[in-house]
Amino acid sequence: MRHDLPLSENSSSVRRMSNVATSPSRFAALANPTRFLQLSGAIQPWLYGLALVVLAAGLFLALTAPDDYQQGSTVRIMFIHVPFAWIAMMTWTVMSVSALGTLVWRHPLADVSVKAAAPIGAVFTFLSLVTGSIWGRPMWGTWWVWDARLTSVFILFLMYLGLIALTRALEDPGRSARAAAVLVLVGFVNIPIIKFSVDWWNTLHQPASVMRVDGPAMPAAFLVPLLVCAAGFTLLFFAMHLTAMRTEVLRRRVMALSRLAARASGA
Amino acid sequence: MQNEYFAFISAAYGVSALSLLGLALWLFLDARGRQRELKALEARGIRRRSDASARGTAA
Repeated sequence: MRHDLPLSENSSSVRRMSNVATSPSRFAALANPTRFLQLSGAIQPWLYGLALVVLAAGLFLALTAPDDYQQGSTVRIMFIHVPFAWIAMMTWTVMSVSALGTLVWRHPLADVSVKAAAPIGAVFTFLSLVTGSIWGRPMWGTWWVWDARLTSVFILFLMYLGLIALTRALEDPGRSARAAAVLVLVGFVNIPIIKFSVDWWNTLHQPASVMRVDGPAMPAAFLVPLLVCAAGFTLLFFAMHLTAMRTEVLRRRVMALSRLAARASGA
Repeated sequence: MQNEYFAFISAAYGVSALSLLGLALWLFLDARGRQRELKALEARGIRRRSDASARGTAA
């Protein structure tokens, strides 16, 4: 029995091994802020373009969707409210992965990602609260109730504001990075609470109707516009996040050069 | 579309559009401001050591 592989297979397995071996260096290359600026500069316009096309299609589908037999035309608010709520939670999840990058891998762009994502996440959370409230007035007869879902999302909004304050309180971003990463990871506890609040407690807010174990409980006429809108807003989030990260890298360069200039003028 | 809900629907879409446009404008102005600051510093001859060494290597 031959144990050695033919030359071609041997070389392909070596290539596979070498791919595995070189992947950390590729990861490291992406960690270089200059390389990140080059790469993101090329991707950014395409991402914005795609986001706008998908959003335009989503909004067209949303505004031409049939009325719901219970909600009437207010179902159109759901096509933006639900994606805003998803993105509010997704942004905190993205920040949590970035926070791990700060604390575990000390990735130079991880802290940049957290700081850049926070204001965008805050706006999407604010919009999920406001659009939900506007929908609630005609459907529930009230603008607001302190039920578990609404309260936990409101807490998420306050956490975003706290994080924004923390990342901007200290002039040296390196000093606030660890504290911000810890806050983000501790705050991640709130994400499953938001998701399962409608199952764990009696809430006025209805239970999940899309992300369910037995599949979406929604007809295609409503599901399609909802998912297209969600895809559009998600693309918009990532495009904006990229812009904010690029700006944060530039801000840190300006700070470093300003310090150099101050030192040079003092010498 | 039922007219009785028109105000609620337009308010929800209007607030969303204004907030997202405001966010986009803030991101754009922030990016432009930092780019201008960086250019102004570089115009004064202040460069990062890595940029200076890269230029030195290229030359």
